[in-house]
This record gives sequence, structure tokens and C-alpha cells, in this order.
Amino acid sequence: MIITNTVVEKHGLKSEEYSKIKVLLGREPNILELGVFSAMWNEHCSYKSSKIHLKNLPTKGKHVIQGPGENAGVIDIGDDDAIIFKIESHNHPSYIEPYQGAATGVGGILRDVFTMGARPIALLNSIHFGSIEHPKTKPLLNGVVSGIGGYGNCIGIPTVGGETKFNKTYNENILVNAMAVGHVKKNKIFYSKAKGLNKSVVYVGSKTGRDGIHGASMASAEFDENSENKKPTVQVGDPFTEKLLMEACLELMQGNSIISIQDMGAAGLTSSSVEMASKGELGIELNLDNVPCREENMTPYEIMLSESQERMLIVLEDGKEKDAKKIFEKWDLDFVVIGKTTNTNNLTLKFKDKIIGEIPIDALATKAPVYNRKWIKKKLPEKKIQIKDLKKIKLEDVFLKLLSSANQSNKSWITNQFDQMVMADTVQRSGSDASIIRIHKKEKAIAITVDSSANYCKAHPHTGGKQIVCENWRNLISVGAMPIAITNCLNFGNPEDSEIMGQFVECVLGIKEACEFLDYPVVSGNVSFYNGTNKKSIHPTPVIGGVGLITNINNKINQYLKKDGNIILQVGKNFGQLSQSIFLEEIYSITDGPPPEINLSNEKNNGLMVLKLINNKLVSSVHDVSSGGLIICLAEMTFNSDFGIKLDKPKKLSNLMEYCFSEDQGRYLIEIESHNLKKVKKILDENNIFNETVGSVQKDYFEMTGEFKISINDLYKINSTWYNNL
Amino acid sequence: MNSTVIVFPGSNCDRDIALALEKLHFRNTMVWHKDSNLPKSDLIIIPGGFSYGDYLRSGAIAGKSNILNEVVKAANDGCLVLGICNGFQILTEAGLLKGVLLRNKNLKFLGKDIHVKIINTENKFCNKYSKDQILKMNIAHNEGNYFTNSEHLKELEDKNLIPFKYCDKNGNVNEENNPNGSLNNIAGIFNEKKNILGLMPHPERMVDQIISNNDGLNLFKSLLN
Repeated sequence: MIITNTVVEKHGLKSEEYSKIKVLLGREPNILELGVFSAMWNEHCSYKSSKIHLKNLPTKGKHVIQGPGENAGVIDIGDDDAIIFKIESHNHPSYIEPYQGAATGVGGILRDVFTMGARPIALLNSIHFGSIEHPKTKPLLNGVVSGIGGYGNCIGIPTVGGETKFNKTYNENILVNAMAVGHVKKNKIFYSKAKGLNKSVVYVGSKTGRDGIHGASMASAEFDENSENKKPTVQVGDPFTEKLLMEACLELMQGNSIISIQDMGAAGLTSSSVEMASKGELGIELNLDNVPCREENMTPYEIMLSESQERMLIVLEDGKEKDAKKIFEKWDLDFVVIGKTTNTNNLTLKFKDKIIGEIPIDALATKAPVYNRKWIKKKLPEKKIQIKDLKKIKLEDVFLKLLSSANQSNKSWITNQFDQMVMADTVQRSGSDASIIRIHKKEKAIAITVDSSANYCKAHPHTGGKQIVCENWRNLISVGAMPIAITNCLNFGNPEDSEIMGQFVECVLGIKEACEFLDYPVVSGNVSFYNGTNKKSIHPTPVIGGVGLITNINNKINQYLKKDGNIILQVGKNFGQLSQSIFLEEIYSITDGPPPEINLSNEKNNGLMVLKLINNKLVSSVHDVSSGGLIICLAEMTFNSDFGIKLDKPKKLSNLMEYCFSEDQGRYLIEIESHNLKKVKKILDENNIFNETVGSVQKDYFEMTGEFKISINDLYKINSTWYNNL
Repeated sequence: MNSTVIVFPGSNCDRDIALALEKLHFRNTMVWHKDSNLPKSDLIIIPGGFSYGDYLRSGAIAGKSNILNEVVKAANDGCLVLGICNGFQILTEAGLLKGVLLRNKNLKFLGKDIHVKIINTENKFCNKYSKDQILKMNIAHNEGNYFTNSEHLKELEDKNLIPFKYCDKNGNVNEENNPNGSLNNIAGIFNEKKNILGLMPHPERMVDQIISNNDGLNLFKSLLN
């Protein structure tokens, strides 16, 4: 095949990139080699637009065993236990084919975790859909949710948390981010770096088919009206085979046969073999005749670029093949030696006894293009909204409208489609600020949450980046966990547009500042650019997945009210700022103005003090104040509880709407036994932490004197209406 | 008491059930689906999960597997058999229990806490519960909608072969509290000799206060009684 400009373009490569390929090779590539380059050099695999900015993120800390660069991040949680976790996007495939796209997103992230030796113990997700009126939204929601459930339920890993949001910015490009968390003994962690010459390279798992060819390249371009035709680039998931693969790999990992192991994810056999060789500074030779194929007459090009799921590549120690093979046979999986490590520093591809492709490994990996793309800074928008200028609406009407909106609704329609209890270690299921998973047969647990705030990031990316880390940190504190580290999934539009690139750069800067201040390093992550259709990019949507540690499981806490007569205290100050609030967006359709300010030192002081109160058993429940503001968050505390709240009218803030719906940051609501009130207030006051009583717990009703009174059962029903009418 | 848990490649509640058995000091053995012999035991458990992937009807392949032939033999000899969730589906596919488990009435996977009422305590599995006791249990299934012909249904009711029925937290058994559309709110059934029990809720998930509650404990204690 002659490589014309059109062929190059079809491979998602720019003409200057093709020139660089010719320089690196010293010749023209053949079509197979071009395919391999396109698989490695696309945005999704090469991080060419994001690399120079990501390296500024804090990635080290006393708990960090492995930061970004491996299949997933690893943190130390004491007693020889480590937690391995990562979040990844599967946005483009899920828009084209929601069930399979979402399912394989879950499958892919699970492999990243068990490749490193961990048994997965929890799955979470962050899913964003278009406006609820958009005709595609409901079918996409249905498909994605059943795809996530279909995979996790079958493989038997509990799906314990997540977030679901609707905004018209995602009408033509939904977001599906999946996070997996696993547990491993510290001395049993496996890495992808190959070592030693002439070591067997073994292919295990499913057979290779023609699905997902060019999947990674597809995910590195925007959609247009022909995106439906991209269906063949979406992979098909088989959770049962993944279960077999997981058990077989974990069984093999009990012994000492593995030198390195890497799952075949995006760009399949190409990226897994290149990554292993590149990290080990070795060459790798693959004999493509030996690759188990699902379909007849597959070409080397198809074999190298297929993204068929549930496959792994392993470099084995000498003499271990027989024992290893026995394990994979037990689980009815293919186990084939397809190549070896070499000293050539090349990727050598053989087919029918001929060398049909040979590319220096560094040309594919370390010498891949890196761009410092143009970006522009976004100024902090001015505050324009004066509440007194807006049309007056009754507090009760606003409150109930917000509570019944799709974004604030109870998500049990979704979470009821997930098995949250399998593995029998789920201490706190989804619905509270963070989910809690016990470490098997231990008295300690981890807390996990995923969060995003696209509206804030759109309004001011730098502040939004900081805010989302803080909110995530606050959610872990709110269940009694010490936050340890994060993984991030950075969903953005087209990086070739300087405004979008600016959103990326400044969100990353915000994340960096907050992570540094809170001692909350980034240990893994994923960047997804080109989220948009026909040059219309989505709002910048960084998603943060956080993991925290609860050393004594008995200190866990949730947001649900516990006892009649208890006092609700608000920790942190309510300034009454409304711009970028759900209130203005949902009620007045106002989306301009700055996001709430972030004061990192207040954030840290308030959070650490709340955690101390929890550990000293001085609080009965905790909930952070986030989207919807004080009143929505108070209402959320009544769900799953027999109690309501009698809310005091504010004494200081003049406007009731500002008091109820401001989304000012760094705030917590804590429920305290009345006999502890004096003590708690004294501790907070002595530490200069702003606090005020906002109400008290009562039976059955949620009310604000002179404004409204509603039974908590009705409140719950209103909160569940949207999904129940789906 | 000696127990045996059958492990299919897609079983995923095998570890959970083993832990519950261990907690109650059963002498338990895990048996891999390719093993041809069953150890001698008083109780065989088929755990939840997706046996062989269940891309065909749930439990259809497992119901015809070699190891199930052994289970059928043991059951016919009077051994106690407990099938939970996928295990229940497999027991119906193997013909050890009559009826079928259809897709849930809302055609969606259901993973949630529900309530069941104890209808029959005069058997090996429920003797530690009291009649009409209400338990909070967890379900997680796509096909839990029990269906059978009217004669068999009548037989189940008349011979008191339905130990668990879905209800609300106050014990009301009605359509509103039927999560999956099962006939007569059936959550579990016996064979005629009451040595085989199939149920959709997961008692093994209800044996630890910090995770959920202890409402499943008495099922295992009954077996030891």
C-alpha cells in the first residue's frame, strides 16, 4: 500500500508528524509500521499535549509507593497493605455504543489494577450526560448504567459509588469515567518494566478479534455527523472472561514467575509490548503467527491494532512456562509464547517467517511528539448578580424545585442496578459523602469518592481545579477518613484551541496548588481531550477520585441524622455568594459570574478539626456543604433516617436565599448531642474555626419557622421523582 | 457439620459464603467445578455469581455440568442443598427445584436491601427463626422473578414449601413490596422433602453488623441445630 497524505491523515497523524516518523526511521514506514506509530502517537496514548503540564503535579508523599507512569498508582496504608487505584475515561466509545463503551471502560480499569497484583475491591464511576430534554440523554443513561452494572456485577466487584450529572454541554459527547480500587500486600506488587534478555513474552486471555481497531485514535479526535460509523472501533466486553483472567493472573502472582506484566488496553498489543520494552530499555520481538486470533485471516496490521478486551502480556522468568501454562489452562484461557525480549532496542514484528516491521522502541515512546500548545488565561469573571434585582420566588418553591431536579435527585435508580455488597466488605454504600470498604479480615477501611464541578471549572478553571480537590478531600473527611491520595481523569475539549488548552493548564494548576497544600498527591490519572462535536467542546471537567484511610473502622461516620434533640452546627463560614450556584442555574438560568472562592488554609483547618471531632466521638453525623448549599445538604441528612430538622432563621445574613443556597466552600454540617455542644464549640472557638448553630434534629419533619414545614417522607419522595418517572 | 461449596469459574459469592461458614465453625471444603468427586458432606452450597458467564439463560450450563450430576445424586440421598441467587437458578435448571427464574419485572438488575418474612420454621434451614419474623436481606440479581405452573404453586402453598416471602418492613406481603415480580412474593422455595432450598436473597451478606446486620446468621445456625 502506498502511503499518501490521505492515508497519513486517516491515521490521525499530522503531516509534520509523518515527516518526523521518516526521520526517526530513516526511511518511509510501511502500512503496518504507520499503524503502530498512529497507535502510539495519538493523544490518548502519548499525552503529547498534556505531558509538560502534568509533570508539575505533586506525585510524592509518605504514603506513595508508586506515582503516575505505571498501570495505576499505589499507596501504603500500613501493616504491609497497599491500595492500588486509578480512574480512566471511556467517553468516546460510550457515546457511540453506550452499553459496550461503559462496560469495557470498567473492564479496562479493572485490568489496570489487577495487572499490578491487586485484587479489585471497589468500582466507582463519574458519568455526565446532556440535558434531560435531549432525546439521546435517556437512552444513553440507560445504556451506560446497565453497561457499568453488567460488567461489575458479573465479575463480582462491588460498584459502590459515583456521581451522575446532566448538562447540555454533554449533549453530543457524554463522559463515562470509571475508577477501580484494589488491595495488595506490599511485597506482591507487579510492574510493567521488562528485565533480562531472551525472556519469553507470553500472551494470555481472550483471543484477538477485529474489534476496537483504531479505538485510541478514534478517542483522539472530535466527533462529527459521521460518528455513528465509528461503531466498529468500540470494543466488546466479556466480564466472564475477565473474571477468569483476573483469577488466573492473581493465582500466577502467588508464585515468582512474572518479571513484568502489562494489560492490553488502548492500542492493544502495540502499546503493551512497547511500554514493557521501553521501561526496560530493551527490544522486543513478536511473532504474530502465534497470536491467538478469533477470526480468520487477520492481518498483522489488524493484530497489532486490535483492542479486543481481556488480554494480557507477561514477561516470564526462565523455566516457568509449564507451571504458568497450567494455571491458565485451569481457567480455560489461551496461554501462548508470542515473542521474546531482545537487545536490539527495536520492536520487531515477524509474520510467516519474515520480518515485516521494525521500529526503534524509543521512536514510539520517549521520542513521540510533545507539544507546548498555545493557551490563554481566563480572567476571573466579575460578580454581576444582585439578588435584590431578581424576581422573588418563595423559598419553599425553590427548595423543592432544586431537590426534585435531575442533578440533585436521589440516584438509587442507578445504584440499585449495581451489586454494592458482593465481597461482603462494603461498610458504606453509595449515597453518603464517600463509600467505605473494609480491608478484608481487618479492622481498618478505606473511603473512596469521585467528584467534579464542571460549572466552576468553566467559570474560572484555576479556582475550579482547586475547588474540586477540596470538595473531594472534604467528602473523605466527612466519613471519618484521613485523605491520602488522588487519581484524576481530565476530560477536556480540543487542545488545539488555545482557550480549551488554557482551561486544561489552569485546572491542572489549581489541582496542583490544592494537592500540595492539602498534602494530597496525585498517584495516577488519565487525560481525555477532544471531547466535543463539530468544534464545540464540552465544559472542562476534571474528575477527581480520592482515597482515604480509616484506621479504626469503628470511627466511621455518615451523613444521616441520628437523634431527636441533637444540635446541627455549621463549621466554616457562609458568605452568601450565589454566582455559579445550582440555585441561579436552575431557577434563573444564570450561569455567569465567578465560582465560590477557595481558601486553602481554612479548608485544611476546618477539615482536620472535623476529623478530630469525629475521632473523639463528639459528633453523630457529618455532611459537607456542596452543590445546592446549606438547605439542600441539610435535607440530604434526613434521607435514610427517621429524623428531620428544625432550621433556625438566619440572624445575620440579610437575604434568605443567599443563606440557604450559597455554595461557599470549606463548610461542614455536624450533628452534636446537646450535652456536647459547649465542649465542641469551645474546641472550635479556641482553634479560631468559624461555627454557628443552624438548627436542631426533630422527628419526622423538615421545617424553617415561618417558611415551610414538610414531612421527611414527602421530602424523600420529591427527591426521588425524577428517576422514578424515567 | 461438614459443608461443601461448589465453585464455578464465574461464581463470585463463594468467598463470602465460605467466610460466613467459617464464622460459624462449619468444616467447609471448596470444590472446583472440574472436580469429579464430591467430598462426603452434610450440606452442599451453590453460591451466587455468573457460573459460566450466563450469557445463555442463567444457570443453564451449570445445571447440566458434571459436578451438578454429583449434587443431584447427593441431594437424592438426602444431603442438604442450599442454592443462593445463581445457585437457586442452577437448582431449577438442574431440575432439583421446580419452576423457573425469569427476568425481573422491570427488566433491570436489582441490587438493594429488601425485607422477607419467615413463613415456615419447621425445617432444617429456618428452625432458629420465629414464624412471621421479618428479616432485612440484600438481593442482587437480574433473573429473580420466580414463576411456576398453577398446580405447583398450589402445592408450594399447601405443603408450606415457601419459607421466605418478600414483604415490607412491617411484614405486609403484597405486590407493592415484590421487588422482582415473583409469583406470590416468593423469595425462596423447598423441594417436597425440604432438604433442598433455593433462595434469591443473600444470607451470607447479613452476618456482620458493621457491614449490614445479622439477619442471615440464623439460617446457618439452623443448619447446625
